[in-house]
Amino acid sequence: MEVPYIVKEREDTGLINSKLGIWVFLASEIMLFGGLFSAYIFLRLAAAPGEFAHWSAELSVPLATVNTLVLISSSVSMVMAWASLKLNDFPKYRMYMGITLLCALIFLVIKYFEYTGKFHHDIYPSSSTFMAIYFTLTGLHGIHIIGGMIVMLYFWLPVGSKMWDSQPEHFANRVEALGLYWHFVDLVWIFLFPVLYLL
Amino acid sequence: MSSDHDISSIQDHIRVYLIVFGALAVLTIVTVIASYLEISTSEGIFLALIIASMKASLVAAYFMHLISERNTIIWILLLTVVFFFVMLFLPLISYTDQVHI
Repeated sequence: MEVPYIVKEREDTGLINSKLGIWVFLASEIMLFGGLFSAYIFLRLAAAPGEFAHWSAELSVPLATVNTLVLISSSVSMVMAWASLKLNDFPKYRMYMGITLLCALIFLVIKYFEYTGKFHHDIYPSSSTFMAIYFTLTGLHGIHIIGGMIVMLYFWLPVGSKMWDSQPEHFANRVEALGLYWHFVDLVWIFLFPVLYLL
Repeated sequence: MSSDHDISSIQDHIRVYLIVFGALAVLTIVTVIASYLEISTSEGIFLALIIASMKASLVAAYFMHLISERNTIIWILLLTVVFFFVMLFLPLISYTDQVHI
């Protein structure tokens, strides 16, 4: 059965269903991360003076800065992938989606080195309140990165991208929805970076 | 799939995406530099959150196209933002336990 209103907009909402759906999902994601940010604020307020800053100093600012730039680059390449489809340039779409996937992979590899660096120094989530919220927030964010990569890979490989040949507009709308999710993941990191590493 | 008008509009968008990319990269470096300034913790938090909000606004407005999005989505997000702030400060209620009247 064909899902209705995925290419043509609904008259009442003025939107295609997939776009409305992904935005409602992102609204729920704002609340999910919002709950954890709220936990961070109150753990910090309840902590001994300087405790959060002391543990935060254990983290690598250069690695996190590189990761921030990598994630921003991935957001640009994602939007360029969508724009390429709108310009009917499928080879460029594949190139930009490939770059986005690569950036996501680089982000995860850097995060892996950050995590293992902490474990080698016997720093675990149980080490302090700061580390508990650090691993929770970055871990949940990392899971979102992996989720995005799975969908990106599907849309990059022929198994998912063959839809471009038969239903190009539908495919472009799918990529737009994926892009919205990916920009949200970038947006969360934009706040995680200063909150965890710099303050 | 796209008309000539759409194509020129998308090409304009691409120029904007690249400018926003540059602005985001510069603001990331500014955030790191600002964290080394000799200012108080509260000033540091304020400055970092202002820069992060600027970056988030750029991503939401241009990459997520909120600047030209339908009102349905804008209203959903405004409602979410209200509930987000309510939830963010809900634990403040626990501080009422410590108020001795």
